[in-house]
Amino acid sequence: MSVIEIKNVTKVFGTYDEEVQELLHNNASKDEIIKKTGATVAVKSANLSIESGEVFVVMGLSGSGKSTLIRLINRLIDPTEGDLLIKDKNVAQLSPSELREFRRSNLSMVFQNFALFPFKNILENAAFGLEVRKFPKKQRREKAEEALDLVGLGNYKKQLPNQLSGGMQQRVGLARALANDTDILLMDEAFSALDPLIRKEMQQELLQLQQKMQKTIVFITHDLDEALSIGDRIALMKDGEIAQVGKPEEIVTNPANDYVKSFVKDIDRSKVLKVKHVMKRVDGESISTDLPSINSEALLYETYPLFKDGVHELTVEANGQNIGILEFNKVFEVLAQGNEVENNVG
Amino acid sequence: MLDNLPRLPVAQWASDFVDWLTSSFSFIFDPIKEVLEGLMDWIIQILEFIPPTLFIVIVMALAFIFMKNKVLSPILIGVGLLFIYNQGLWANLIDTMTLVIISGLISVVFGIPLGILMSKSTGFETVMKPILDFMQTMPAFVYLIPAVAFFGIGMVPGVFASVIFSAPPTIRLTNLGIRQISAELIEASDSFGTTPMQKLVKVQLPLARSSIMAGVNQTIMLALSMVVIASMIGAPGLGTEVLSSLQRAQVGTGFVAGLGIVILAIIIDRFTQSKK
Ligand SMILES: Nc1ncnc2c1ncn2[C@@H]1O[C@H](COP(=O)(O)OP(=O)(O)O)[C@@H](O)[C@H]1O
Ligand SMILES: [Mg+2]
Repeated sequence: MSVIEIKNVTKVFGTYDEEVQELLHNNASKDEIIKKTGATVAVKSANLSIESGEVFVVMGLSGSGKSTLIRLINRLIDPTEGDLLIKDKNVAQLSPSELREFRRSNLSMVFQNFALFPFKNILENAAFGLEVRKFPKKQRREKAEEALDLVGLGNYKKQLPNQLSGGMQQRVGLARALANDTDILLMDEAFSALDPLIRKEMQQELLQLQQKMQKTIVFITHDLDEALSIGDRIALMKDGEIAQVGKPEEIVTNPANDYVKSFVKDIDRSKVLKVKHVMKRVDGESISTDLPSINSEALLYETYPLFKDGVHELTVEANGQNIGILEFNKVFEVLAQGNEVENNVG
Repeated sequence: MLDNLPRLPVAQWASDFVDWLTSSFSFIFDPIKEVLEGLMDWIIQILEFIPPTLFIVIVMALAFIFMKNKVLSPILIGVGLLFIYNQGLWANLIDTMTLVIISGLISVVFGIPLGILMSKSTGFETVMKPILDFMQTMPAFVYLIPAVAFFGIGMVPGVFASVIFSAPPTIRLTNLGIRQISAELIEASDSFGTTPMQKLVKVQLPLARSSIMAGVNQTIMLALSMVVIASMIGAPGLGTEVLSSLQRAQVGTGFVAGLGIVILAIIIDRFTQSKK
């Protein structure tokens, strides 16, 4: 079921007059429009449908309109054109008080530079959403503590934000969003300000939390590696337009155009493609059981140690059953040439 | 050639305008005057009722509680106040303090909301900026004229002139403090569905606090600097001593009264800055 439907949404900063409309209608580029009229087209006729419980990553270079797109979802920015359906409600048409109510109970956001309130301690920061919703003090406290425990900061309640490291501050940002207990989590470059190691750690933690929470997460990043490692699906943006939407393996193996191709060409495919994408599906009984076995969800690089001592084939198992064979030649071919995967994608 | 141009009757216009204001709005000015006079008499009575010794001890105790330097600040403040008492200027001190407290309070009570409005509306900011510039660049003496026209002589016109002269920093720095808050923090507040009032009270004012406090501090110091000027229209206090010494060329007494003002200035400055 799709939770967020973005339909033909356009955002223009600056005057949106007939000239701009005409240019947009004629599919003029962002550069051309800004040169001729001075208006910036931040998001151009975007169409997306985000499913319940998925981690949806929006990825693109700086200035491509990612932040604008995510802010259109909770309407921190008003759309110029188009409809935004969240849980079947058209957010673009809510009155200010309806919008407040809608944000409080449906959407929480995590920010790139944490956006913690420096004069509030960690517990108070985590409880902010609940404070705004006028929850009783005791309940606020309990929920905020729960959220802080979840992100591993149970012992820092009384500290002030500036006493914590960047990674810890962003955990507080995450806890503040989680304490609010909404089904949709918006994360705008939430890990981009962190050191690479901390960043990896946070990605893993987010995925672990997500296994339990099953929230709908919209995650913005400019880093393709991050997008590929945490996204269930990825939308690639260029100059305000959505260039491609797909699962990580689809983006890597079937780039929709040259722009996406240039993006993914340097990617280490062995860390994106899984055994199931490359294996040959075979009927279970006919598989020889002497061969080493590998899980269908394993990434290709994890198969390297098994192809040794003359082994050229692995059995592929899923849920305890043998479902196919992975051939060394095929793995090599896919990694070496970046050929399109013939079947099984998805 | 230039001499042939008739002089524009600007002075006449201004005078007519003030006359008109005074007569048409006396129903506003008179009650304001009465309320303020009552309030000030009341404050003066309370302050004078406290024995100077006790008063000094209380101020020293407050200094001990609020200031960073727990030893030196209370001692210096105690010595300063004792000096003023010793010079026979205690009653003047009380009058001056009352004038400063009342002008400061009025400036803050009107200044902070005006600053908030400016931060919320760019249109209002555009209107207010030149007015604030005007209020601050006009020589302070000029405010004495309408002050006297509206309120006669005494403490009330002194307060009026002080407020006009000293309110701008509070207004400006409240506006600035709120506008300087990072956009991301405001977005964070909005994204959790704060009402405009919740955003103001829970986010904007706390974040603008140090800026607003700096404005209040400046406002109070400016109000204090009006003390001597206000004494020209009969506002009692330390300024009166300075003024009369000036008129009689009494260097000594003038110096002592001036020193009293400096001591009061330092004490008030320390107190309004001490809050972290
Ligand atoms: N408030 C604004 N006013 C005018 N232009 C803006 C504003 N916010 C963003 N833009 C422009 O919109 C485009 C998209 O910006 P943004 O969504 O921040 O991109 P990203 O997050 O991908 O870096 C950029 O060209 C940017 O300059
Ligand atoms: Mg951005």
